[in-house]
Amino acid sequence: MDLTEYIHLVFTDYTLRTITLGTAILGAVTGMLGSFAVLRKQSLLGDAISHAALPGIAISFLITGAKDSNTLLLGALVSGLIGTFWIRGIITKTHLKSDTALGLILSLFFGFGMLLLTFIQKQPNANQAGLDKYLFGQAATLVESDVWLMAIVTGICLFVLLLFWKEFKILLFDKDYAKTLGFNTKTIDILITSFIVLAIVLGLQTVGVVLMSAMLLAPAAAARQWTNSLATMVFLAAIFGAFSGVFGTAISASQNNLSTGPVIVLVAAVFVLISFVFSPSRGLLFKQIRFIKNRRALELHKTLAFMYHIAESHANISHPHEIKILNGFQGYTKGTLKKLVEKNYVTLKGSTWSLTKEGFESALNLYNQLNKDDE
Amino acid sequence: MKQKIAVQVDDLTVAYNYKPVLWDIDLEIPEGVLMAIVGPNGAGKSTLIKSILGILKPIAGSVTIYGKSYKKQRSLVAYVPQKGSVDWDFPTTALDVVTMGTYGSLGWIKRPRQKQKKAALEALEKVGMLAFKSRQISQLSGGQQQRIFLARALVQDASIYFMDEPFQGVDATTEIAIINILKELRKAGKTVIVVHHDLQTVPEYFDWVTFLNVKKIATGPVKDIFNDDNLTKTYGINYKVSIQE
Repeated sequence: MDLTEYIHLVFTDYTLRTITLGTAILGAVTGMLGSFAVLRKQSLLGDAISHAALPGIAISFLITGAKDSNTLLLGALVSGLIGTFWIRGIITKTHLKSDTALGLILSLFFGFGMLLLTFIQKQPNANQAGLDKYLFGQAATLVESDVWLMAIVTGICLFVLLLFWKEFKILLFDKDYAKTLGFNTKTIDILITSFIVLAIVLGLQTVGVVLMSAMLLAPAAAARQWTNSLATMVFLAAIFGAFSGVFGTAISASQNNLSTGPVIVLVAAVFVLISFVFSPSRGLLFKQIRFIKNRRALELHKTLAFMYHIAESHANISHPHEIKILNGFQGYTKGTLKKLVEKNYVTLKGSTWSLTKEGFESALNLYNQLNKDDE
Repeated sequence: MKQKIAVQVDDLTVAYNYKPVLWDIDLEIPEGVLMAIVGPNGAGKSTLIKSILGILKPIAGSVTIYGKSYKKQRSLVAYVPQKGSVDWDFPTTALDVVTMGTYGSLGWIKRPRQKQKKAALEALEKVGMLAFKSRQISQLSGGQQQRIFLARALVQDASIYFMDEPFQGVDATTEIAIINILKELRKAGKTVIVVHHDLQTVPEYFDWVTFLNVKKIATGPVKDIFNDDNLTKTYGINYKVSIQE
């Protein structure tokens, strides 16, 4: 299937449209909430929550025998919330560090969930249960009602976010201070965490327990690179998440139905990679370019200063000197000499150089400039 | 006439684990003083402030602000936390952080508007940081970050200011700028309580002092109680400090 055919299909094919819309909404809501998780240094929380949801799915199936996603996800939500509040409890009540608490709950719940899954598979009526799709996700199973649910939750989440924007921001930045201002930080905290749990649970069917945390972190980490404003970061993360969903679905659908969840996560990772390298202020590329530029400029200045020192000792500042004497100087290269000539600071004659009046004055000013910076 | 009591602490005991961090603290802070809380590391200085402000829950004891419980008097109190307690790489600007000082009076849901922004800009000007209002906070120096925190508290326009080590890790220029603002606050009749580390500057900066080392050692005017005896009791060693009258 080529691209034009695919685009045509998105608008005509019911299944593909449903899946694309679903992954886009999912990406947007996880990206949005992921920004909060990242800024709170709770990057691993998403991983723990998604793994903690697994036993809920299994238990929910065992009790009701139902296979529809809403029933199972309700179970996931309950066990995800239990896991989350256990983690909080462990952190506040014991002296274990948060990574320990997260790891503990993650492996405990996931282990229990796997145990239940194998138990279900051993049961006579279970071969068609297909619960293992929640491990790695299966976007193809999304139906319209799933997408509606996602859209409604995203809408509520957006509404709450806008309503309590100021409260969320101050909690993220300075929790103790927020407390002294009279905000009930516990309520805000529970609100944020509950939404994160909800978003994760919604994504389990599409992306799966194992990769779900990447949906939370990758768009947020990418967005952080491009902006210094919280609002812009949340917005960008939502956009990156949505596009990861759309592109991921497109790639997976056009390439022999590659598993959608992993492809979405990989696309999100590409966003991260591009952001880390190419962001103008924080990106590695521009940082390196700035670094080299600064270094070059400094080398040039220092060479000029060195020449100034030599020229200074002569009555005639443009007295020619051997190029050789520059060789001992660290910052000097043929390149810097050429640059200085280009700038008309230095003239060359055979194997000698001499400072121009312009170069001399510039070096003098450079000196004053540096001294001024020191003050 | 007897001076009004701004902050009163009775029988305050705080423990994180089994060992108490603060033991049976009784403290009266009169209105209008500029007070230093001094004591060795682990003496519970920050804990005392945090307990008064309700950030930590004490095991026993009570705190009143002008005779009423802290919860009712919140609007009279401003807090400057330790600079290191937040992540300065947070995506926000200096002005935005200072505006947070208005959130308390705004209450839930309401957004800061022109009036709040104006107050924040004025506070930035007071601490000499107006030129940096749009600067991303990670690109400020340690001293500038401390001034931003101070400006955020100034916006609250409180009667009592609690500050946790505002002089830590700042250069001389910022230290002087901060102490001048504190002295101005006192002149305006405000009460300022500062966790302080540099004993040398206590007599010069403050007029009231509390010695703390899990228990309260002494509290009172600097000129009466800032002496070798109390320093030795607090720090456990013979501490020589020159006192400028």
